[in-house]
Amino acid sequence: MRIFAENLSVKRGEDLIFKDVSFELVPTESLTISGPNGVGKSTLLRALAGLLPIDNGLFEIQYDETELKPEPKPNAEYCHYIGHKNAMKAELTVLENLSFWQRTMAQDETVDEDLIMPPEAAVELLGLTHTLDLPFGFLSQGQRRRIALAKLFVSYRPVWLLDEPTAALDKSSSDNFAQITNRYLEKGGIVIAATHVPLGFKEVKQLEMTPPPLNESFF
Amino acid sequence: MSLFWRDIKLSMRSGGGALLGVLFFLAVIAVVPFAVGPDLNFLQRIGPAMLWIGALLSTLLGLDRLFQAERDDGSLDIMLMQETPFILTVFIKCAAHWVATGLPLVLATPLLGLLMNMDLLSIGAVSATLLVGSPAITFIGAVGAAVAVTLPRGGLLVSILVLPLAIPVLIFGVSAAYAAVEDPAPFLPPFLILCAITMFFAVIGPLAAAAAIRASTD
Repeated sequence: MRIFAENLSVKRGEDLIFKDVSFELVPTESLTISGPNGVGKSTLLRALAGLLPIDNGLFEIQYDETELKPEPKPNAEYCHYIGHKNAMKAELTVLENLSFWQRTMAQDETVDEDLIMPPEAAVELLGLTHTLDLPFGFLSQGQRRRIALAKLFVSYRPVWLLDEPTAALDKSSSDNFAQITNRYLEKGGIVIAATHVPLGFKEVKQLEMTPPPLNESFF
Repeated sequence: MSLFWRDIKLSMRSGGGALLGVLFFLAVIAVVPFAVGPDLNFLQRIGPAMLWIGALLSTLLGLDRLFQAERDDGSLDIMLMQETPFILTVFIKCAAHWVATGLPLVLATPLLGLLMNMDLLSIGAVSATLLVGSPAITFIGAVGAAVAVTLPRGGLLVSILVLPLAIPVLIFGVSAAYAAVEDPAPFLPPFLILCAITMFFAVIGPLAAAAAIRASTD
């Protein structure tokens, strides 16, 4: 499996957000996207997740001939996406939230069972077992973020798209998350993360996004 | 299916507003006798129409949050990325919304019918027409909710967008309810048309709503 992006550009309305973004990733590799605010990091991740149309360029998840070719499906279905928002309901408990997502995200039966955890194990992995029966809304920002990250483990997707995953996390939790992510990478995962702080992932490729030169007709 | 139960559960928890619609329905019907005066025959005559108007407005009340709540916390993005066709997701959300807010309205109708001095047959007719007619309002409303999903104050807009489309439901619902009591008019034809409208919108509604949400992601 290989992720391949070439000369991507995305527009919102008439405005070009970024152009000519290219990268290539194989399993066990991760990519961190950095750059100043507003340069289009989140936009890029949303476009990769299929939530925004790609204006130009190519984004593909390719399979080698030696590999068992799965049924072709949209790129989005290979991906976990953790955006700025946590995608959890404040009124439901942590356990209810996570089991809902586990049941909603269809599982690929060919996947190793040890890559999919029950919600309890996923929460334990992030050190929040005591919050299982609390409503999500009662948790602190950092705890909420960790629960949102626990969603990555209750169902399996080969590609993770993370938008500032460690925002609001304290030092020890983000170190813990880096460790877990590295273990996942060793098993053949791919991580694409937008971030301002070093995340401590292994096999890191860097993508530095720079703001496009201002269009002269703009003035 | 897990989505169905989650939505039901959410509507029961704090701020879910499952009973809000019923309370609003009760409020509308309870003030009618004060407004039109104590003429029992007159109340009986306008009863089915008032119940239908009350139910229509109560159904529209909570509809704007149908997708907005999902969008606000980011759940909508994840749902859009799944293998499950998004149309099906929308259909299940509508179904759950109807069970949580529409069904209580139907169950409250007999009680409120008494407030309007209606007889048993006419109460039965109104309940039956609401039972088959109110899902159509939910499905139509879903389209409005989907179009207004990015607007911060979409509530009133949804009602206004949806109301013209809901008029046929109202017409056939009320005419079937009256036909059951007034002898010469047949009950079945308008009732069956009402069923047909509901089934029609059960298909068109999720289709249009899913398309509107896909178009509005940003």
